[in-house]
Amino acid sequence: MALTTPSDAGATAREVIAASLHRRDRDVRGIVLATLLLAATAATLVILVTLLTQVIGESAPYLADRGTEFLTTPIGSNPDQIGIWSGLYGSIGIGVIVIIVAIPMGIAAAIYLEEYADQGRRVTQLILVNIRNLAGVPAVIYGVLGFIIFVKWLDPITSGDTVIAAGLTMSVLVLPIVVITSMEAIRAVPQGLRDGGYGVGASRWEVVRDHVLPYAAPGILTGTVLSLARALGEAAPLIIVGAITGFLPETTLTEKFTAVPILIYRWSGQPQPPGSEFSFTAAAAGAGVVLLVLVLFFNASAIYLRNRFEKVRVGQ
Amino acid sequence: MSETTASGNIDVAMGRHIVSPDSETKETIRVSTTEMDTHPVFALEDVSVYYGAFRAVRDVTLPVRPREITAFIGPSGCGKTTVLRCLNRMNDFVTTARVEGTIRYHGVDMYDPAVNSTEVRRRIGMVFQKPNPFPKSIYDNVAYGPRLMGTKKKADLDEIVERSLRGAALWDEVKDRLKETGLGLSGGQQQRLCIARAVAVEPDVILMDEPCSALDPIATARIEDLMREIKDRYTIVIVTHNMQQAARVSDRTAFFTTEINPESDRRTGVLVEFNPTEKMFSNPDDERTEQYVTGRFG
Repeated sequence: MALTTPSDAGATAREVIAASLHRRDRDVRGIVLATLLLAATAATLVILVTLLTQVIGESAPYLADRGTEFLTTPIGSNPDQIGIWSGLYGSIGIGVIVIIVAIPMGIAAAIYLEEYADQGRRVTQLILVNIRNLAGVPAVIYGVLGFIIFVKWLDPITSGDTVIAAGLTMSVLVLPIVVITSMEAIRAVPQGLRDGGYGVGASRWEVVRDHVLPYAAPGILTGTVLSLARALGEAAPLIIVGAITGFLPETTLTEKFTAVPILIYRWSGQPQPPGSEFSFTAAAAGAGVVLLVLVLFFNASAIYLRNRFEKVRVGQ
Repeated sequence: MSETTASGNIDVAMGRHIVSPDSETKETIRVSTTEMDTHPVFALEDVSVYYGAFRAVRDVTLPVRPREITAFIGPSGCGKTTVLRCLNRMNDFVTTARVEGTIRYHGVDMYDPAVNSTEVRRRIGMVFQKPNPFPKSIYDNVAYGPRLMGTKKKADLDEIVERSLRGAALWDEVKDRLKETGLGLSGGQQQRLCIARAVAVEPDVILMDEPCSALDPIATARIEDLMREIKDRYTIVIVTHNMQQAARVSDRTAFFTTEINPESDRRTGVLVEFNPTEKMFSNPDDERTEQYVTGRFG
């Protein structure tokens, strides 16, 4: 198409230009692509909404009937009377152990690798590659690892298949994720900020403490909360570590344990006992809602804290 | 404070820090340190800097004299910034960087393993190419260094902040908004804030790495005025791409250029000439200097 001004000047030329400027049929492929992208977004939303309606729909009558009792009673054999207290206790215990063990350790390792280690060295490169690979190892494998190390070898400390062993296993599982996301957050800190600190005579640690960590805090926080959500949601490693699915008389740190995802897994497959008003499936859906609320709560607090920390970046 | 006393000169230099709360005292002390003024602050001897196996700049020998502005000029890649960053051991953070030859600071070998590099950077402040205030308030930006050095009392900090901001010709513009973020200032104001931050720890030397390259001509002129104002108190070394700037502000100029290594086809920086600025721009010793300053290459 010639874009030169038509030689037969005057009104015709203006019409031709006006007509070409109003054409809409040029970018057909672009329109198709945009439609596909929109369709993909819509499909994602539909899946999410279906999931939520399904879980909430199935559990609503059950949760309405049980109320808070569902949260405070231990597990049992009658779906009309069972609760998820045992699972909640285990999950919260696991979460606390992850917060105490994996998060500080992961952030510390990230600070070391980004700010202190010589990234050009072979050893450092090897460590980095390994951490990246560890983040991709399937959760079940961590279950086996946790069973061997924390349940068997470290039995004197963990008392075998307990919340402590499960929490430590989950800590190992999320550690690479914490390290990687924290490293990325630290790497995003502008070099000028470090130079400014060094330029007035701050030591390496003072620069990390006063400039690098405050700037990287929102990113580190997002990563750690996502890893916490992962630790709360995983079931596979817990099964191998020895989570109980049946009767659990007591909830203590040094005896057998269970967790919310384990209860969901167990209850979903259990047939409805004769004479009971509700099915185990409804109880599983109820436990699913509790888990979702728990994870949403963590994510929401992460967003809130991130927004607060982000003010640090503009010096307010 | 005077722990690394390798020569009498350093004692004098440190004494200046201790007993100089205001400019009057500084003046009297300065008169008594004429002996020190004749000794170079930095003495570079056959300095080469490597990044891994690559030699970025070779065989630099020059003195930097006290209470003078020394300018490093030359085309891109000639190693002037590399040499500047060696003067306060900023290159320590580049793990592949290695310095050969000796750099003496008041007679002390700066790369001696016994030298504390953090202390080096406290005495030798730096202002960077891109203004980089901390994401903190204007007040906290200036007070950061003094706080690290142990100044805790608010009255003392207030005084340091005001003195430093006045010293950087910024006080009148920001005195009513010290609690506001330093990032809200204009580029030129941010750079002056960085200068205030550097002078707040009472350094002996201020290194400036192309401090005006991100600024407009008016802001540049203000920084240049400021440099001339403070040079009776600080030794200044400035790297600049702008030859007119070197001609305007500096007392001595070092001209660097690049040589192509025929084997590796990589460029290594060399020091061509180091002379009083007036001579460099009117009657330089080296032909390459003349070509550069008259705009025929570079």
